[in-house]
Amino acid sequence: MIIGKIEDGIVLDHITAGRGMEIYRTLHLDELDCSVAMITNADSVKMGRKDIIKIGRVIDINLDVLGFIDPGITVNIIRGGKLYKRERLTLPKSLKGVLKCKNPRCITTVEPELVSEFRLSEVDSRTYRCIYCEALAQLP
Amino acid sequence: MKHCIDIKDFTVDEINELIATAEDIIENPVKYAHTCNGKKMATLFYEPSTRTRLSFEAAMYELGGVVLGFSEAASSSVSKGESVADTVRTVACYADIIVMRHPKEGAPLVASMKAGIPVINAGDGGHNHPTQTLTDLLTIKREKGGFSGLTIGICGDLKFGRTVHSLINAMSRYPDVSFVLISPEELCIPDYVKEETLIPKNIPFIETTSLDDAMPYLDILYMTRVQRERFFNEADYLRLKDTYILTPDKLKNAKPDLSIMHPLPRVNEISVAVDDDPRACYFRQVRYGKFIRMALILRLLEISV
Ligand SMILES: [Zn+2]
Repeated sequence: MIIGKIEDGIVLDHITAGRGMEIYRTLHLDELDCSVAMITNADSVKMGRKDIIKIGRVIDINLDVLGFIDPGITVNIIRGGKLYKRERLTLPKSLKGVLKCKNPRCITTVEPELVSEFRLSEVDSRTYRCIYCEALAQLP
Repeated sequence: MKHCIDIKDFTVDEINELIATAEDIIENPVKYAHTCNGKKMATLFYEPSTRTRLSFEAAMYELGGVVLGFSEAASSSVSKGESVADTVRTVACYADIIVMRHPKEGAPLVASMKAGIPVINAGDGGHNHPTQTLTDLLTIKREKGGFSGLTIGICGDLKFGRTVHSLINAMSRYPDVSFVLISPEELCIPDYVKEETLIPKNIPFIETTSLDDAMPYLDILYMTRVQRERFFNEADYLRLKDTYILTPDKLKNAKPDLSIMHPLPRVNEISVAVDDDPRACYFRQVRYGKFIRMALILRLLEISV
């Protein structure tokens, strides 16, 4: 499979196989006007299988969100056809305004102007809880 | 600025300090009678909870302060859809401290982020109810003289009763405490309480369905309501409800210095025949609730006596 090399853009590499679509949706890549390529189940020496996303423009990406979904991702920023910067991810301490709380009893469900916030409550299990109701974070 | 949103906001030292103040208030009520002169407490009750509201109001009046507020959302501007943030900002122009009861989880936390004055959570939709836990702790201190070395039986609905989870969490911070968790299998303690509190802290606990078997070992018996709506079918409810009703007969094997507690209101889980037993301390518990709220108000208003 051939997907053109990008001049300026972002390559999200080493996505855990199967998580690509989740990331596509969460970062709202469907709303971009540039080209976006998704490669699923690519061969990887390190991981066996992986997903890759190529975005044909340098956009602002919320690295905290990526770190929350899949901290193993490598973010490669490409400028002029060359690797300009490589970002490694960390587990964010808190996620603001990204995920909606799914607990129907949570105050954020009736007051939409409140900014949602989830905090890392346990590092090993990558557990995030709503600061308002303590419900576990769920992906959209 | 200190708020009281979740019992976990308070360290053991801070809790012990509140209890010491409450005990001093019990011994020397006159000394505290005018400590809140000129202070106003706003009680914002978005759902009715008469007991809790009266306890806070009595606490503030006994400190010499005054109380304003509403006791259900329907009678106030909040029924017109005003946000919690706007309401508390407005109220903060009139009051020195806010007490909030709200059906939605996290509403008092929102209030504490916006009000600019101390906020006390008086219950947010079955999520947190820190002043109930503080009340339970003061009761145990008064009835038992301390917290260490106690075997605490908790009986009834251990699954949905968040005050029970919060009591276990608070008591597990004291040394040499053990729990006997008594409930029908359908309402047993959730795994997260065991996995996040009991097991990591190496706290001995037994789960049982039999109140009779547990009785002889208990220093404290904390009874809770077993509510009809928690059961999938009526037959299960009818089969189980009487098993967890405390009667004088069931107390025959109990220790002579057992303390029987209940957060109240009760439905029928403690027979009225138990009320005259000196071991029944649930009405004293109500009184302690007022004293610990007095101590909390003083602490959050930063008034030292
Ligand atoms: Zn929530």
